[in-house]
Amino acid sequence: MSEKKFVIMQGDEACAMGALVAGCRFFAGYPITPATDIAEVMSRELPKVGGTFIQMEDELGSAAAIIGASLAGVKSMTATSGPGFSLMQEAFGYASMTETPTVFVDVQRGSPSTGLPTKPAQGDIMQARWGTHGDHAVIALYPSSVEEVYRYIVTAFNFAELYRTPVVFLMDETLGHMRESFYLPSPMEFDIVERIQTNELKNETVYQPFLEDSELYDDIQPLVSMGKSRFHVSGLFHDESGFPVGESEIASQLMKHFINKIKLHLDDILIYDTYMMEDAEYVIIAYGITARSAYRAMKLARANGIKVGLFKPITIWPFPSVPLKKILNKVSGIVVAEMNMGQFSHEVSRINKRQVPMQTVLREDGQLISPFDIVNALTNLLGESED
Amino acid sequence: MNRSEAQEYLRNTHMPTVWCPGCGNGIVLKATIEAIKNLKYNKDDIAVVSGIGCSSRATGYLDFNTMHTLHGRAIAFATGVKLARPDLNVIVMTGDGDAMAIGGNHFIHACRRNMDLTVIIFNNNIYGMTGGQYSPLTPTGSYATTSPYGDIETPFDTVELAKTSGATYIARATTYHYNLLVKYIQKGLAHRGMSVIEAVSQCPTYYGRYNKVDSGPGMLQYFKDNSVLLSQAKKMKKEELEGKIIIGEFVEIEKPGYVDEYEKIRQRAEATNSAK
Repeated sequence: MSEKKFVIMQGDEACAMGALVAGCRFFAGYPITPATDIAEVMSRELPKVGGTFIQMEDELGSAAAIIGASLAGVKSMTATSGPGFSLMQEAFGYASMTETPTVFVDVQRGSPSTGLPTKPAQGDIMQARWGTHGDHAVIALYPSSVEEVYRYIVTAFNFAELYRTPVVFLMDETLGHMRESFYLPSPMEFDIVERIQTNELKNETVYQPFLEDSELYDDIQPLVSMGKSRFHVSGLFHDESGFPVGESEIASQLMKHFINKIKLHLDDILIYDTYMMEDAEYVIIAYGITARSAYRAMKLARANGIKVGLFKPITIWPFPSVPLKKILNKVSGIVVAEMNMGQFSHEVSRINKRQVPMQTVLREDGQLISPFDIVNALTNLLGESED
Repeated sequence: MNRSEAQEYLRNTHMPTVWCPGCGNGIVLKATIEAIKNLKYNKDDIAVVSGIGCSSRATGYLDFNTMHTLHGRAIAFATGVKLARPDLNVIVMTGDGDAMAIGGNHFIHACRRNMDLTVIIFNNNIYGMTGGQYSPLTPTGSYATTSPYGDIETPFDTVELAKTSGATYIARATTYHYNLLVKYIQKGLAHRGMSVIEAVSQCPTYYGRYNKVDSGPGMLQYFKDNSVLLSQAKKMKKEELEGKIIIGEFVEIEKPGYVDEYEKIRQRAEATNSAK
């Protein structure tokens, strides 16, 4: 039965169906355009597989409920858009502090505030990184096609479990609402990181939920589900047992742990695609739905003899500095295209030490960036380097 | 219940508590332990979730699965715990500010869903952790650091709010009425559905000091003198009940709740799925 099934699926639906493959068995959410479809599919599908769905009273409650469910031992997710994501930020920080595996889907729409509810945007790039107060590590993934949504939501769950962190799964209104066809990957194709159950612990072991040097895993203690372990979690700075400690030394150690557990695994976490970069003299940097226009722009420019390639990050946070620096070292011009006023391109310019000429294509008016806008930027760049 | 019996349920290495001398929180904590002990619940099968505030520190001292969460959100976290693990007995320990102000929305919706939780509200009429500000349960006219001219707001009646919202077991006692408190918490724990127990408690440090009832024992005496049992209250006139604390069991009914109803949905959905 290895015959592949050809499907047509909506982005939001792919997000929900992929989450089920990843082992998500609890969803709490609140209706919001353009993410509502994810909740609708989850409400239909979760009870079929023994999972649980609840429509909470607001996004604050939704975020809290998924953290509670995850600590109790069940893989959990919520889905929202900008306004709801703003409301979830305090709980997001709690998930960071308590190192609780959770997935927060943010289907971006025109913003700020109520913005343009039915139109796409990529305005929450910085919010995904710095939305909650204080320093913390974060992983944010952003696919660019419906098939990628289906595949990378599984990755999001795996990262959440492996690195014990909330993971932001970014989408946009277009990606969420459009339908695309693709060969549905078999669930067997995916490696799934499972939660350790409490009965797998040895009787004599006193489980330390925040132990740094774990025998079970290199440097991150896996979370076990509630039960025999009877541990305590708190949003306060805590020691390895989870109990609050006010000492600066322990606070500083915990903060370092938050940062390092991501930093030391960049090879695993940084996912990106490059297209036609082998002989490229120029690079277009684009992600999410904009990467689709960028791909077309690259083809158009290539047809006109311009040697240009595309860098498409899937991992938005942590920022892909290492692979990007390598590219910036060999090209003579950069175009960054994004549906915001320069959030990701600001990060690109921060690592552009050689000051390679750079053009940005920015818009946040609810319209997609056209391939021709990107080609024009490329042409301007060529003009600049000829001057 | 003697000291060593209570200690079996405590994380004794984390003592002493952060609570002030004379505080009522320890009484409510002990009553909760005694209720659990009477029911012979296994410690592994209990999850206790708290928010932020003095009373919410209780989770750190209890030897169960414990979560000290965000201000106002304890009930929402507990909802996730209960739905993920219906086998656990889930208790929420929360304060008057935590449950009734910032967490008011989660409170009424958990009541409406008849979520199978036991919510113990430590009501000391004040925000203690932040230094004595008035709360939605502060009696009108009381003094607090943010009501230096007297509180002009009308407090919520927790019992009425829970009743209107749909909770299926509702009781109130004070820290003076320890045995009643044990009984009500015990009944709340055994009850299937949303149980709300308001434990009227004393904060001599702030509420007492600002309102000229200067000590823990003094406040307990006040509870003794001013509490009226529900059965008696029913015979009294409205004017006679002015300023009184009505204690007793207000609601005890059987009604389907989210946990059981969702299990039915699961069975239906799984059946349709396998029929395909």
